[in-house]
Amino acid sequence: MLDKHAKLERNALAFVFAIIFVASIGGIVEIAPLFTIDETVEEVEDMRVYTPLEVAGRNIYIREGCYACHSQMIRTLQDEVERYGPYSLAVESQYDHPMLWGSKRTGPDLARVGEKFSDAWHVAHLINPRNVVPSSVMPSYAWLMRNTLKYEDMGLHLSALRKVGVPYSDEMIENAAQDTYGQARPGSERADAFVERYGEESNVSLFDGDPDRITEMDALVAYLQILGRLTDVAHQSSDSAQQTTSTGSGD
Amino acid sequence: MISQLTRDERSSAMYLSGLLVLFGGFLAIAGRNDVLGWHGAMLVFSGAILLFALISRFYDDEPARESRHEYYDDPTKFGVVVAMIWLVFATFVGDWVAWLLVFPEATFDAGWSSFGRLRPVHTTGVIFGFGGNALIATSFHVLQRTSRARLAGSVSPWVVLIGFNLFCIMAVTGYMFGITASKEYAEPEWYADLFLVVIWVVYFVLYVRTLARRQEPHIYVANWYFMAFILVVAILHIINNLAVPVSLGHAKSYSLFSGVQDAMTQWWYGHNAVAFFLTSGFLGMLYYYLPRRAGRPIYSYRMSIISFWGITFLYMWAGSHHLHYTALPHWVQNLGMTFSIILVVPSWASAGNALLTLNGAWEKVRDDATLRFMFVAAVFYGLSTFEGSFMAIRPVNSLSHYTDWTVGHVHAGALGWVAMITFGAFYTLVPMLWNRERMYSSRLIEAHFWLALSGTVIYVFSMWNSGIIQGLMWRAYAENGTLAYSFMDSVDAMAPYYVARAVGGFLFFLGGVIGLYNIWKTIKMPAQAHTPIYDLPPVVDVEPAE
Ligand code: HEC
Ligand code: HEM
Ligand SMILES: [Fe+2]
Repeated sequence: MLDKHAKLERNALAFVFAIIFVASIGGIVEIAPLFTIDETVEEVEDMRVYTPLEVAGRNIYIREGCYACHSQMIRTLQDEVERYGPYSLAVESQYDHPMLWGSKRTGPDLARVGEKFSDAWHVAHLINPRNVVPSSVMPSYAWLMRNTLKYEDMGLHLSALRKVGVPYSDEMIENAAQDTYGQARPGSERADAFVERYGEESNVSLFDGDPDRITEMDALVAYLQILGRLTDVAHQSSDSAQQTTSTGSGD
Repeated sequence: MISQLTRDERSSAMYLSGLLVLFGGFLAIAGRNDVLGWHGAMLVFSGAILLFALISRFYDDEPARESRHEYYDDPTKFGVVVAMIWLVFATFVGDWVAWLLVFPEATFDAGWSSFGRLRPVHTTGVIFGFGGNALIATSFHVLQRTSRARLAGSVSPWVVLIGFNLFCIMAVTGYMFGITASKEYAEPEWYADLFLVVIWVVYFVLYVRTLARRQEPHIYVANWYFMAFILVVAILHIINNLAVPVSLGHAKSYSLFSGVQDAMTQWWYGHNAVAFFLTSGFLGMLYYYLPRRAGRPIYSYRMSIISFWGITFLYMWAGSHHLHYTALPHWVQNLGMTFSIILVVPSWASAGNALLTLNGAWEKVRDDATLRFMFVAAVFYGLSTFEGSFMAIRPVNSLSHYTDWTVGHVHAGALGWVAMITFGAFYTLVPMLWNRERMYSSRLIEAHFWLALSGTVIYVFSMWNSGIIQGLMWRAYAENGTLAYSFMDSVDAMAPYYVARAVGGFLFFLGGVIGLYNIWKTIKMPAQAHTPIYDLPPVVDVEPAE
């Protein structure tokens, strides 16, 4: 064995290939099957795509690094299910390019925060968390309310997303900018067209409360309100099928 | 620097700077309506400065012919100083974000200064800015000594160093502008990623070509680790960053993978960035500078073979321990747990090999703060790899995951191992590089050592406390069967530990400032008589100390 290795040490290229070979095995065995094994991601009928406004909001969530303090992945532990709701299923982040499961909970999990609070609560909280939760350590994001949302190019965003696998239709891509506006302007013609394309289930609202401008706050709140609401499947199975591990300790 | 290049080399450097201007110009024009344009402009500006410097000194004297038969250490000198500057900058930012969790209002009401944008500035700054430059610099030095050969090229080392630093600058300024791919430790966007691929290929080719010139029949252990670092980081980087840009004029891109596949890919990358960047590369450093400073050969050749292949093989399976109890299929979680536990064997073989090498030189460890840095690094390496294997066990992970315990674990490794081994290596290397008898002040090394050690201990202990308390509070039930604490109760309970961590971090930062000062003063000291060419025996031949 040692002799063989001594030989290997004399040949740089052989060493290079040996490293590549040895290091590749783990990834190939663990990652490749995730793309091919059907059970990896559940199949559900009612899975929706993010609307253009929600995509814009998700991009702001990424830009501000909210994921550095918030996870979006409820584990199969009993206390987590009791605290945050049914545990997360793979299908729920099927259209998340990239995923935002996170790794640190300086703040609570947000996987099911959609519709937990009103739009007005989110706006007040984001402007200054300490106005709502006195000892919060979350930063304030007051400037989101001052920044006008750039959304003329949302069509390009949706078409890039379609290239990586999100099923947006041609019509959705063509009308992405109008739909962004429509979702944040209840009662407008564009709002009706938006609902027609994205379904009755989608949220049309004056998210930031300001009827004059579409702000970054509109987009971010629209995104927060859809979290955990793209499909109902986790709620349907929650009562019977969800099996959790109990970690609870009495007190 | 330019004076060490021949005229031919100066002109190829000019071509390359021209290419940089062109690439930057392309980005600047394509991205004129986007923040991307600023990065393009920055590259144009950097290329132009390089061009200007090269043109203005083009006709200066060429280096003496004999100098071509010496080791080429200018790039290493540059890398060492730049690494220390990154360290001071990025630990300052680290301490700043630590204080932000104590005083959350300190964000000047501006996006660039909020926690979520500055945190990746810190992580990228320390890992890539500090760690990356330290690895590139020391790998050039070690490669030449252990091969008894000059670097295969005088321009390409500069391409690697300057290009890599431009990448780091694009990364950290980008986050403050709001450009990020959000992938942990892989936040830079597609154009910066592509740029890094080119730089990395140059690095690899340079490494292999230099090895091909070696006058030693065997490739020394340190180089195995540096090669694994270069190769595997390339594989990880390319696959993890596959993405479709919104357009050539947008900095923003959408990751090719989504959901569960993306999660597995990101942690396959993330865990192995720790393995091959923060472990393999720094083990390469350890395997050269520790025996050299101790004046003793590596304790066991056999152990170094076992640990090298063990680490290279096993680490790549372990990434899924970051995804326990999630929507990732169970079989992958179990594989990750199993391999993570086995990993403790080659890890301890490395740490043990280092400590046994010191066995017999304990009086040196006691008296010489430089060697003590490396000793403490090996101890922390052993401790944090054990802790990592422990945290990979599913029930343990159910408590530790998402809490500050992870942050404590990361910093036991990052401060205790990565930074300490680098300080030890630098204090050994700097007098050699600049041809000084010794470092400017050994008392300042001593001060740095105690600041770094106490800072690390305070940091790690406060995060262990806060993490475990957090984890226990989240899962505690009251008598009546409901959850005992609200989330805010756990946030409030963290307050004292966040203060303690920020204080510990400040001590560590202060040590870094002293280190930079000491290195700077050493450079300013008068040089010794010039040492003759190739007088440095490779480490393997060093006689055991009496
Ligand atoms: C420094 C860490 C940190 C960052 C960064 C951060 N948060 Fe928070 N977040 C917290 C903490 C702590 C809480 C709990 C206290 C509170 O409600 O303010 C919280 C609470 C929340 C809540 C309420 C959740 C609930 O169920 O009560 C929402 C929604 C939220 N954050 C959204 C965001 C968004 C959106 C961003 C990015 C723009 C963000 N957070 C960035 C720490 C952070
Ligand atoms: C002055 C010293 C340092 C201080 C004060 C500091 C502080 C911090 C803080 C506050 C965080 C964010 C933690 C959170 O989100 O709660 C962090 C994260 C991190 N730091 Fe440091 N840091 C220091 C040095 C270093 C060094 C030298 C390295 C590496 C060589 C490093 C690597 C990291 C990494 C990898 C993370 C991400 C951890 C995770 O994802 O859980 N840090 N640091
Ligand atoms: Fe890991």
